[in-house]
Amino acid sequence: MATVVELHVNGTKRRVNASPSRSLLSVLRDDLDLTGAKYGCGEGQCGACTVLLDGEAVRSCITPVSAAAGKKITTIEALERGGRLHPLQEAFLETGAMQCGYCTPGMIMSGVSLLSRNPNPSESEIVHGMQGNICRCGTYPRIVAAVRMAAAQRGSR
Amino acid sequence: MNAEINRRDFLSALGGGIVVFCASGKVDAQETGRRGRGDSQPQEISAWLHIGEDGGITVYTGKTEVGQNIRTSLAQAVAEELRAPFESIRMLMADTDVTPFDMGTFGSRTTPTMAPQLRKAAAAARGMLIGIAAQKWNVDRANVEIANGRIRSGQHVAAFGELTKGQKLVQTIQADIKLTPAADWKIAGQSIPKVNARDFVTGKHRYTSDLKRPGMLYGKVVRPPAFKAKLETFNDSAAKNLPGVTVARDGDFVAVAAPDHESAGRARSAITVEWKTEPQPSDRELFAYLKANAEAGEERDTLGSIERGLAEADQKLSQTYTVAYIAHTPLEPRAAVAEWTGDKLTVWTGSQRPFGVRGELAEAFGIPEEKIRVIVPDTGSAYGGKHTGEAAIEASRLAKASGKPVKINWTREEELTWAYFRPAGVIEISAGARKDGTLTAWDFHNYNAGPAGAQITYEIPHRRIVFHPSKSPLRTGAYRGLAATANHFARESHIDELAHLLKIDPLEMRLKNVTNERQRAVLVTAAEKFGWGKQKVAPGRGYGLAMGFEKGSYVATCAEVSVEGGRPKILRAVEAFECGAVVNPDHLRNQIEGAIVMAIGGALFEQMRFENGKILNPKLSQYRVPRFGDVPVIETVLVDRKDLPSAGAGETPIVGLAPAVGNAIFQATGKRLRSMPLAL
Repeated sequence: MATVVELHVNGTKRRVNASPSRSLLSVLRDDLDLTGAKYGCGEGQCGACTVLLDGEAVRSCITPVSAAAGKKITTIEALERGGRLHPLQEAFLETGAMQCGYCTPGMIMSGVSLLSRNPNPSESEIVHGMQGNICRCGTYPRIVAAVRMAAAQRGSR
Repeated sequence: MNAEINRRDFLSALGGGIVVFCASGKVDAQETGRRGRGDSQPQEISAWLHIGEDGGITVYTGKTEVGQNIRTSLAQAVAEELRAPFESIRMLMADTDVTPFDMGTFGSRTTPTMAPQLRKAAAAARGMLIGIAAQKWNVDRANVEIANGRIRSGQHVAAFGELTKGQKLVQTIQADIKLTPAADWKIAGQSIPKVNARDFVTGKHRYTSDLKRPGMLYGKVVRPPAFKAKLETFNDSAAKNLPGVTVARDGDFVAVAAPDHESAGRARSAITVEWKTEPQPSDRELFAYLKANAEAGEERDTLGSIERGLAEADQKLSQTYTVAYIAHTPLEPRAAVAEWTGDKLTVWTGSQRPFGVRGELAEAFGIPEEKIRVIVPDTGSAYGGKHTGEAAIEASRLAKASGKPVKINWTREEELTWAYFRPAGVIEISAGARKDGTLTAWDFHNYNAGPAGAQITYEIPHRRIVFHPSKSPLRTGAYRGLAATANHFARESHIDELAHLLKIDPLEMRLKNVTNERQRAVLVTAAEKFGWGKQKVAPGRGYGLAMGFEKGSYVATCAEVSVEGGRPKILRAVEAFECGAVVNPDHLRNQIEGAIVMAIGGALFEQMRFENGKILNPKLSQYRVPRFGDVPVIETVLVDRKDLPSAGAGETPIVGLAPAVGNAIFQATGKRLRSMPLAL
């Protein structure tokens, strides 16, 4: 397969020079300095590396960069628009849904993807939808509350 | 600027203002699981506070932020005593060149030890500001007030900077400085959100693993196939000819650095190494091994005579409990970036012991500590698992060999293999009680797990508590609460067993034997909130409780568990917690909730499996940690004792869940589980 030379990231075309089998995570972090997505396990088990591909949450640590070529990649860095946070980011702040914060970008990206599929998820739908993301500090109840709060805010607008 | 700085030079370096030094006296010996250079020497200065000529307030402390939110709570303490807005306090933490020596962030010591020192420094600074104002305005000190960052007297008003401008004042605080009582707190005691939280939800915060330096290489270590392996043959001729690749070797240490991860991976594969391994114990034989290699140990709490106590008992019970090795599994694995500038080494790394890591580096490279700077960016969690400097040493070796900055990011597999573990252990208890539930004898022997939290709040006239160190097949170290989880699990299970044998309600059994009012308060509070005794007993549904104390905090936990198809599920957990005066109620709740969630892993599924020096489950797909679906309804009750000094709260909330769940499983199934993780 050919070297990947261009990625569509956060609304901008970015030049890269990446062998196709490299992980999307390593290209984002090491080549493009988009370090919001984190390495947590390298096997798609923890969700710290979650980004959106055409709006769909993927584990970028097990996604070859070739699979992202030609698609719209959205990372945590793009959620804030013109100084305004995404409602889910606001909700994380409001509910104090973090301790060390290392899982937070991946959690938020998974939550954004969940809310785009299901704008008003029940608690069990949130638990099910977020089951692939690990918060080792154990702030799960607060993250569930944050997703609910963001859903309610979107619903009320 | 170095921590061992001449104090007058300090102000020249910062450009004037006022500075207050905290004299800590002797450094307490703390449970860290590690001993090494940089740990033991008592240091006079533990922290300092500077108010610049522009009025900027900066606190310098060697403590590290790993998610416990002390960057917030310490700033609250300072703002409170300085009568300054919370937002005006800047915390400069964990940088060995600019913060004073600190032994490390562990043992729940930040709140009871560092916070009072910073409060005293802030109170002293407030006194200095009042003194300057009184002199400048020619008024009596008693007529000068400070509130919300403004100093006033009559028609005079000034911001801090107007008074500190042109000053060069240095003071070392005295022990007898009066502090604001918790009942009068306005900033401390409030649920102030995490400082810089916005940087975490936007992905802007740079952890060690996110850092880049100009020309930086990526390092990878050639790991042996088993613990204690010795390098026999080594050939790097293919690897070192790859473009941009550096190979470093020192004894059994072999590693490569290259301009990107991929080339580093290729270079590592190109090295051929043969290792000599030795036979080692496996998990199947673990508990017998720990018993067989145990030392006589030392008695920690001896009273009366066990024989007499057992003779006085109507009901006797001897049982054995075990706990497995478990891994901290911080979501950010160990990482370090190292850079040599001439003979000076700078290392960024996620560690709870920046000064300890500096000592390890000094030893590894045979250079003075003054030549080494260790900086700890706010770190992706630790839970006691980041006391050591492995990644720092590895990155520094590669940086030295290559002449370029080098980053080492441990993989999850490395983290689950080459870090250290919470000790496994065996606990044997023989106890006795009268028919009415009065405990008469308590003979408690802990093999290898550790002594933390083995002490009891039960009044038992005849007792003996012994910790027997043993030979551990795996490398072990600190862990959130350390052995307190094992000791609480064994003790609170055993009390529950006795209560059932005597047909006495487990709550009643405990209340009958505890007079300590702080322990009783959390127990009664948790039981009331839980609705203890009001539950309908049904098949497959059980209720359990446990209590204890450790590191100055008291805890009681109640759990409701269902068992279906042999699988326990925790439905509800209620925990009452008392750690003196609460500094930040929301962050305390967050710690308690998080500790309960983390405790689910050790209680129900976490366990290192190993054989002959190899970890058999070093992946997250094999080592299961709690996820969303495992979390019960969690209710926390804070018992706020404004009349008592604040204790640390990051650890002790973890100890109650496992025994409460085990006791609930017994009620649900009639099966008593005595090994963690609990499996039917």
